[in-house]
Amino acid sequence: MKAEGTIDQQTRHGKLGLSDAQAIEIYRYMMMARKFDERSLLLQRAGKINFHVSGVGQEAAQVGAAFALDREKDYFLPYYRDYGFVLSVGMTARDLMLSAFAKAEDPNSGGRQMPGHFGSKRLRIVTGSSPVTTQVPHAVGVALAAKMKGEELVSFVTFGEGSSNQGDFHEGCNFAGVHKLPVIIMCENNQYAISVPIHKQLSGKISDRALGYGFPGIRVDGNDVLEVYAAVKEARERAIRGEGPTLIEAMVYRLSPHSTSDNDLAYRTKEEVDANWEKDGVPKYKQYLIDSGIWTEEQDQQLQKECTEIMKEATEYADTAPYPSADDLLKHVFAGDGEDVQ
Amino acid sequence: MAMMEYIDAIRLAMKEEMALDENVFVLGEDVGVKGGVFTTTKGLQEVYGEDRVMDTPLSESAIAGVAIGAAMYGMKPIAEMQYSDFMLPATNQIISEAAKIRYRSNNDWTCPIVVRAPIGGGIFGGLYHSQCMESVFFGTAGLKIVAPYSAYDAKGLLKAAVRDPDPVLFFENKKCYKLIKGDVPEDDYVVPIGKANLLREGDDITVISYSLPLHFIMQAAEELEQEGITSHVLDLRTIQPLDRQAIIDAARRTGKVLIVHEDNLTGGVGGEVAAIIAEECLFDLDAPIRRLAGPDSPAMPINPPQEKAYMLNKDKVKAAMRDLALF
Repeated sequence: MKAEGTIDQQTRHGKLGLSDAQAIEIYRYMMMARKFDERSLLLQRAGKINFHVSGVGQEAAQVGAAFALDREKDYFLPYYRDYGFVLSVGMTARDLMLSAFAKAEDPNSGGRQMPGHFGSKRLRIVTGSSPVTTQVPHAVGVALAAKMKGEELVSFVTFGEGSSNQGDFHEGCNFAGVHKLPVIIMCENNQYAISVPIHKQLSGKISDRALGYGFPGIRVDGNDVLEVYAAVKEARERAIRGEGPTLIEAMVYRLSPHSTSDNDLAYRTKEEVDANWEKDGVPKYKQYLIDSGIWTEEQDQQLQKECTEIMKEATEYADTAPYPSADDLLKHVFAGDGEDVQ
Repeated sequence: MAMMEYIDAIRLAMKEEMALDENVFVLGEDVGVKGGVFTTTKGLQEVYGEDRVMDTPLSESAIAGVAIGAAMYGMKPIAEMQYSDFMLPATNQIISEAAKIRYRSNNDWTCPIVVRAPIGGGIFGGLYHSQCMESVFFGTAGLKIVAPYSAYDAKGLLKAAVRDPDPVLFFENKKCYKLIKGDVPEDDYVVPIGKANLLREGDDITVISYSLPLHFIMQAAEELEQEGITSHVLDLRTIQPLDRQAIIDAARRTGKVLIVHEDNLTGGVGGEVAAIIAEECLFDLDAPIRRLAGPDSPAMPINPPQEKAYMLNKDKVKAAMRDLALF
């Protein structure tokens, strides 16, 4: 492995400005997200947690995007499948497990929200909800405020293709376009809105919608982590130059059912799902790293072991952590609530 | 102290708060160059520029949603809805988002926005320029809702709303804009959110209300005094959270309570006020709790006879007050 910071201009990642160490770091987060997902599914099936909504098949798009952003300055408005994204910007497996177990120490919501509803002011992950796409206008508002304050940063927001039919997507895009705001709007098109396939959701391309709002829209292969990285990096540069928003449509496939409450084989075939596992971005990227001569099967085994260990530790911690107190039910409805009690 | 119209007091509150805090900005449809369809923001853009008095696309959910995003970043947005009738597209942003941001993030993120929206009829506005929207939002914990009746309160409550760390819906009554004038101090005062205000003391009946109908009530109370009926009049000022103690105290004072609002009777704020009194003051009551409110028609028609039939006025209020006094 080459030293961190060395950039090999001959490799694909090197041409994008990524060092070998960064290229490997990307893979680590993809693997971490995958392992978190697998562990959560097991925990739900074992009755340890109530619910899990998966991001399997979307890790490449999520981690590729995160690495193209300024993880010290930018604001993030992820949606509920973005485990790979939030891990990449600083959330830990323990944080996510605390959320999955709905424990008091959960930094996202103090155990109040469903898993996948991220939020951390420290990490500039803006709190999210379940009604879809409400976060798009929020991202636009963050970008507007940053622009008013003269701060050099972007806001980055994601959502699914089903959500892109909500008014808030269109209202947010239009507002951002009018004011040329530094916001990157990324659709993770996984081709299903629960059971409704893409051809019953929309008749055009999501990326084409940007045309109507006066900014570029591009479609990328969301299974190709470096392609997503390149697109988001370019979008960020445009935003910082004051050239406004970019819409990115990352084409992925939801390899898992919608959630642990869904039986996907009621509306799609096993053959279709299997064919898409062949396109999975995680092993594809692993092979790329091996072919680039910076990764080996032995290292991969080691990484898998490490991730498994991290998930085990996170699970044990979250499992034994205390729940929030019933007495705190009415805490934080308004400022100061509960702070003068006792 | 200056005599000014209710609408001028609202404008002055914004002007002062924008001067005091550079994070305060106004956004909405036609608020900039035009100064608002009612002139509520007239002249503000000339003072504070296009960025801080921002004309937006005709897009209420974006107006609310962008304000929420900016507030989470640290700004203090005042989002104007041109008519409260048109804020329904923003309801998801207000109820699902603004109201829950502090709670759902366990106090990590906050949402200090003000949403200003004109309510009320009597201006030949027809179905969709006349409605009162309080009951749509009333009952959503996490939202504060205020509804001033005077110019003094309009300025003081709006300034308090801007400074509040939580989302506040500011329902200004459009019929009051030019009709109501009053003394408004030019100094920096606030009217505290969550506190009701006793407008008149009396011993025969208690009338509890908010916004425009209080003017009818005060005129009626004056006239009824000539008939020997004295009225105890409480202005809720803040609809949510309700000032329970003030409601209880006012009800106990006379034992006869009339609750008045222009919003529809069914599901209106009056039902909750009546419930508080029923729970706390049963043995102090000398008459059934009464409500006088907008009829349960979907909205207010534009033709004069039906608009008049829908609207409250001094005579309707006076009749209800006298009737209760004579119970």
